[in-house]
Amino acid sequence: MNFPDFSDFWSWERAFEALPILLRGFGNTLIATVLGTIIAAILGLLIAVLLRVLPGWIDWLLKLAVAFVRNTPLVVQLLFVYYLFAMNPVLIEVPALVIGTAMIGVHYATYMSESYRAGIDSVPKGQWEAISALSLPPGRAFRSVVLPQALRATIPSLGNYAVAMFKDTPFLFAISVVELVTSAQQYGARNFAYTEAFTLAGLIFLAASYPTSLLIRRMEKSLAQY
Amino acid sequence: MPSTDSGLTAPGSTGPGSVGSDPAIRFQDVEKRFGDNVVLKNLNFSVQPGERVTLIGPSGSGKTTILRLIMTLESLTDGFIYINGSPLTHEERNGRRTALPPREVRRKTRQIGMVFQQFNLFPNMTVAENLIEAPMHVLGMSKADALAKARGLLDKVGLADKENEHPSRLSGGQQQRVAIARALAMDPEILLLDEVTSALDPELVDDVLNVLRRLAGETDITMLIVTHEMQFAKDVSQRVMMFDNGAILEDGPPEEIFTNPRHERTAKFLSAVLDQ
Repeated sequence: MNFPDFSDFWSWERAFEALPILLRGFGNTLIATVLGTIIAAILGLLIAVLLRVLPGWIDWLLKLAVAFVRNTPLVVQLLFVYYLFAMNPVLIEVPALVIGTAMIGVHYATYMSESYRAGIDSVPKGQWEAISALSLPPGRAFRSVVLPQALRATIPSLGNYAVAMFKDTPFLFAISVVELVTSAQQYGARNFAYTEAFTLAGLIFLAASYPTSLLIRRMEKSLAQY
Repeated sequence: MPSTDSGLTAPGSTGPGSVGSDPAIRFQDVEKRFGDNVVLKNLNFSVQPGERVTLIGPSGSGKTTILRLIMTLESLTDGFIYINGSPLTHEERNGRRTALPPREVRRKTRQIGMVFQQFNLFPNMTVAENLIEAPMHVLGMSKADALAKARGLLDKVGLADKENEHPSRLSGGQQQRVAIARALAMDPEILLLDEVTSALDPELVDDVLNVLRRLAGETDITMLIVTHEMQFAKDVSQRVMMFDNGAILEDGPPEEIFTNPRHERTAKFLSAVLDQ
């Protein structure tokens, strides 16, 4: 093959050798992102609903917990929970990937709950009045009227959070989960080929998140009308 | 008027004995305040079963608030409302005014339907889904039964071919007719019509009013109507109540109120409305 020669800092052999290793690491990145998104989407909705229906002081406690999670760095939360499990003999051993995925999910759930809340608030007053006028029970009304309308306003921002979450998965590095960036770091260190490894890591991120954000934008448009 | 208000009525009971003679709606010393603004004060009136009553009066006189109180979209600040003799939102228990639990209130509001100025159809559902939602999930009807009923009602309001459309594809007049059908799908004993033609283009008003005229002729649903369409009020109602400043100024058959009002305030209001 006849590649241009800038061998001082770039080796195509190294790049091709690194690619499958990085893709293996990328598998963990995808697991953390997809499962994390599912956790965040469900837990976020639950938080948003609970904040609407819970009375007084429990509501206040939940708000406090949400504010706490939202206002501390994800990496601190990851390390805290990771060492909580690692250092505490009473607790069972949990794989770092599981801890990491769960924590990313919880972290982003606090953001997504805010999107859900805004979505629910965007349902016009007249809809609630029609619900009352038909005597629909609250649970049914929420599922059939409020949530479907709220989701139209919420889904685009949930998608944006999923992409943001995807780009936050390198934090799992801190708790030694071998995801994309960790595997790039390891390959780079072993072969002294950081340029190749991190260039590829960046390209893989780009290749995955750019089409996703285009997809979200399309979804946003198609959701704009009934 | 029989007093069914013994103060000992158990929640959920329909009141002692006098079921046949209870008014469909009874306001007793009702007061509604928004902050310092008293919208209704010490309001007392009854509507008999099957009676169709139009509420008229200048805007801000409390007509719409009365409908919203009956539909429990607003809560009254004092007094009681009775539906078919049993308390709607509050009852007198051991001499104290006590709120009824939400589930209890919903059981009462099931007998009441409301059509809004802004239609308020569910945009995420088709026309048919709008009509079967409450019959299925409030009355427990099967989907087949609810759908059959919905089709019958859509036929009545002249929209049989719109069953699978979403509301956004319909004109305002069509949406309002769907909203009327949706309210009727619950077989209400009481129907509240809140300025149902005010948001419509003039050429669409008649379609909606004709549907309601026909309904008034065919059924014995108790109706409370807030409207500025005086001809329609004359056509369908047996009784007109003129409101001013949250109180009833005049109460009588439409012929009397429209042609021979007792109060100058009523005469002024009517000539202002008819001039439009």
